[in-house]
Amino acid sequence: MVLELQKPRPIWQIMFSTHHTDIGLLYLISSLAFLFLGGSLALAIRIELFLPNIEGTGQIIADSMTFNRIFTVHGTTLIFLFIIPFASAVGNYFVPIMVRYKDMAYPKLNAIAFWMIPPAAVLVWLGFADFTWYAQPPYSIISAPGPAADMWIFGLKILGVSSVLGAINFVITILKCKHPDMSIGQVPLLAWSFLATSVIIIVAIPTFAAALLMLLTDRLGVSGFFNPAMGGDPIAYSHLFWFTFHPEVYVLVIPAIGMMYEIIPRFSRKPIYSYNSGVFAFVMLSLVAFSSWGHHMFATGMSFTEKTVFMVGTLAAVPASAMHVFNFIATMWNGRIKFATPMMWAVGGIALFFAAGAGGVVNTAMPLDFSTHDSYWVVGHFHLFVMGTIAFGSIGMVYYMFPYVTGRMYNETAGKVHFFLSFVGTILVFFTQHVLGLYGMPRRVFDYPPIPEWIAMNQIASVGAMIIGVSMAIFLVNMIYSSGKGQLANTEDPFGLGGKYYYPFEAKNPHH
Amino acid sequence: MSGHSNYPEWIYVAVVIALMAWVGAEAWEAERLVEHIPEGAEVIKVTAQQWFWTFEHEDGTKEIGELHVEVGKAYKFEIRSKDVIHSFNIHDYVVLMDAVPGRVNTVWFAPDAVGIHDIQCREYCGLIHYNMRGTLYVEDPSS
Repeated sequence: MVLELQKPRPIWQIMFSTHHTDIGLLYLISSLAFLFLGGSLALAIRIELFLPNIEGTGQIIADSMTFNRIFTVHGTTLIFLFIIPFASAVGNYFVPIMVRYKDMAYPKLNAIAFWMIPPAAVLVWLGFADFTWYAQPPYSIISAPGPAADMWIFGLKILGVSSVLGAINFVITILKCKHPDMSIGQVPLLAWSFLATSVIIIVAIPTFAAALLMLLTDRLGVSGFFNPAMGGDPIAYSHLFWFTFHPEVYVLVIPAIGMMYEIIPRFSRKPIYSYNSGVFAFVMLSLVAFSSWGHHMFATGMSFTEKTVFMVGTLAAVPASAMHVFNFIATMWNGRIKFATPMMWAVGGIALFFAAGAGGVVNTAMPLDFSTHDSYWVVGHFHLFVMGTIAFGSIGMVYYMFPYVTGRMYNETAGKVHFFLSFVGTILVFFTQHVLGLYGMPRRVFDYPPIPEWIAMNQIASVGAMIIGVSMAIFLVNMIYSSGKGQLANTEDPFGLGGKYYYPFEAKNPHH
Repeated sequence: MSGHSNYPEWIYVAVVIALMAWVGAEAWEAERLVEHIPEGAEVIKVTAQQWFWTFEHEDGTKEIGELHVEVGKAYKFEIRSKDVIHSFNIHDYVVLMDAVPGRVNTVWFAPDAVGIHDIQCREYCGLIHYNMRGTLYVEDPSS
């Protein structure tokens, strides 16, 4: 347990610590800081799109270049500096305890993996590149202004190495350092989710690392891998990028599902319906993660056969995801559910996960993709995953971990208000964006023509974003206030569930 | 694990797989029909560049930012790009195809009603991407 505010230590003792909960705390605080930073960029985007620019009115952001930089850094920040480090925070806290080991397998490597994040974040934020998180050549080679673009490339390079180091650490900790009495079939599902995720990272990330180097040398003009003017092929970049980043979608979502597996059985006061099907679905997802990257590129001129293969590969991910949903519902079925804040976030996350998945089926059905591709539909679709599923699971986990980390309880009412506002806001923003996409509004636009339906739906989405903004402000205040002044938690059973399903709070690894 | 039976989950998974198979089959069939370019479709060369569209008809006439076509005829677009990747989109007719430099991508459509529609760029291409728009005029040659 950390309990920094009760038994304060000098800050450098935490910063230079290699203990898993200290590094978990560093990951936790920095990832939440980036959640707020990246989220405020999202608010800037939504405010700009509230009204179309008609003769100088309705324009808040000075020019489209600034706007393009804002959505690029928004995406990069929330994916690489919030979601992935947040998962590492949870993994650092729980995985060693769940496999009953004293720390992560390589504590120093763990610290190095964390400390690679701040310089990368500085590069991304000081550069403020404009070529979207996708960095599609040839735009990113011939058109994107440096040094921002180069700083982004180096930043992502560092983050990629950091993820691979973290992933190696999780795989070794789970497979090699688990207690000898514990079989792999007894490792809790949250730890399983980290195992699945880490394997995906190790297989997928090197491809993007190579693509980034090629992109950099292309920008320097010494190679032409992706530059058609030098005989290269920009679509090759798309393949390399999506070979990493479609599996990366599962890297982002699987730990969030694992967090829900931690929360839902405890607050339903029932064992998980089927541990085996949870493990099976994790393994299935990490395999089919690699069969679907091409569905991002249906409109690049792919042949009918290629599209068919990738459509089938994508649809193959649906049964495994559906098994998770089934497992959650069957676990809650007939349970004595306590709807405390973490449970609300987890259940809300499952509902939105289902909606996101259903929208994904539409995207991958080839003829329909040409209606939705690169429109606001896609924005709504993947935000239902990253916000609706991953951030909901993660925020639920923040509330769940709160007594564990601080020894105090958060304010339950504020937590519930935070959930309701965020849930309503998420539906307003992202369900509306699906419809907006069907009306044909392209994504990544600074401005749009004054079509009445587009204006109305953009305004609904912007209002929803404001509601999320308010809820996140409540969250921030609740976290800061409660960690200093909240009621002392009963660390045996902070949520009053009965201790039977409640082991992590009792476990503690000594500092070293 | 525990003593309960898992058969509801198997039925559920089977239903999901059946649904996905149905979606896949329908999509495959529809896409096969959609991709079949009718013979005798008139070719329009579309050139994308930052940040406007150029159209060249078979008879050599060029238009910039505007495209005039005749109702009831089939057209095949040959889409090129001069600089970065763009995406040629007439949303009302679900025409969407990337303009990739170094490649020629084709897509076809046959307008079935007189009208005016928006042409837009659907792939991020830089500063004026948001305003890389054009207009499609579907006209009746007899009137």
